[in-house]
Amino acid sequence: MKSPLNLSRAFLLKLELRSHPKLLCVVRGAMEPLMEMLGFSESECRAIIRAVDEALSNIMRHSYHGRLDQVIDVLCRRVQRRAHAKTGQGVEILMFDRGPAIDLAKLHGRPLDEIRPGGLGLHLIRDTMDSVEYTRTGRFNRLRMVKYVRPSKRGPNP
Amino acid sequence: MFDLRSGARIRKGEVIVKISARRLDQTTIFDVSGDIDMSNSLEVRKALLGEIREAKKSRVVLNLTDVRYIDSSGVASLVEGLKASRESGSRFVLFGLSAAAREVLKISRLLKLFEIYEDEEQAMSA
Repeated sequence: MKSPLNLSRAFLLKLELRSHPKLLCVVRGAMEPLMEMLGFSESECRAIIRAVDEALSNIMRHSYHGRLDQVIDVLCRRVQRRAHAKTGQGVEILMFDRGPAIDLAKLHGRPLDEIRPGGLGLHLIRDTMDSVEYTRTGRFNRLRMVKYVRPSKRGPNP
Repeated sequence: MFDLRSGARIRKGEVIVKISARRLDQTTIFDVSGDIDMSNSLEVRKALLGEIREAKKSRVVLNLTDVRYIDSSGVASLVEGLKASRESGSRFVLFGLSAAAREVLKISRLLKLFEIYEDEEQAMSA
């Protein structure tokens, strides 16, 4: 199958995994040191890992309807927010799946004032990431998430 | 799957979550360790609901001290446990929440819904 990606910019991490929930812990394990390396705080690392995990779970559940052998691509690269050259470093996380096109109108979590199980994944993603975009690219669903490192309260080192 | 009779509830072949139960008078304490995610939250839910609905203890306590990670499906299991407890008139108590578990409940606006304590001593004396 032809790759959906233009590899003009270097990726720090590329993973191709199957849509098996037991692989979620593998991805979490790969994400943690990468996010630490990119300068995210401990709580930011936890939040990004949670967003990635929820996004993958949504693909497994809703795009692939629980089928365990489908392909998901996860790619991470460093990004720079141009408006804040010194403090605008971050990470762009791309996910591609080959499921049917997502109905964007249905992409909403449950109202948080309703106390019932389920429907929280999207809230957890949007609460964390600075940007979340779903698009259809050819035969692929593409999820792009961006998170910037929060500037340290202590300010830059002398 | 879970062996309810022995009280040792370890899913065969599963490496990332382990649940064991201690039964003390009218209380069951579940000691959970590992990560709770989409791959095993159903088992966690089954264990909780089974205990709440069948054993009919007046208090079910969840020790989350060794739970490093919990996703939205794990949170859904906790909400199911809470609802089942309310229906059966028992208390559903959590203690030992990690930063990750506390954060996910806070973002989901569920933190205040649960009865939460720092440690087992507090949970048992409350």
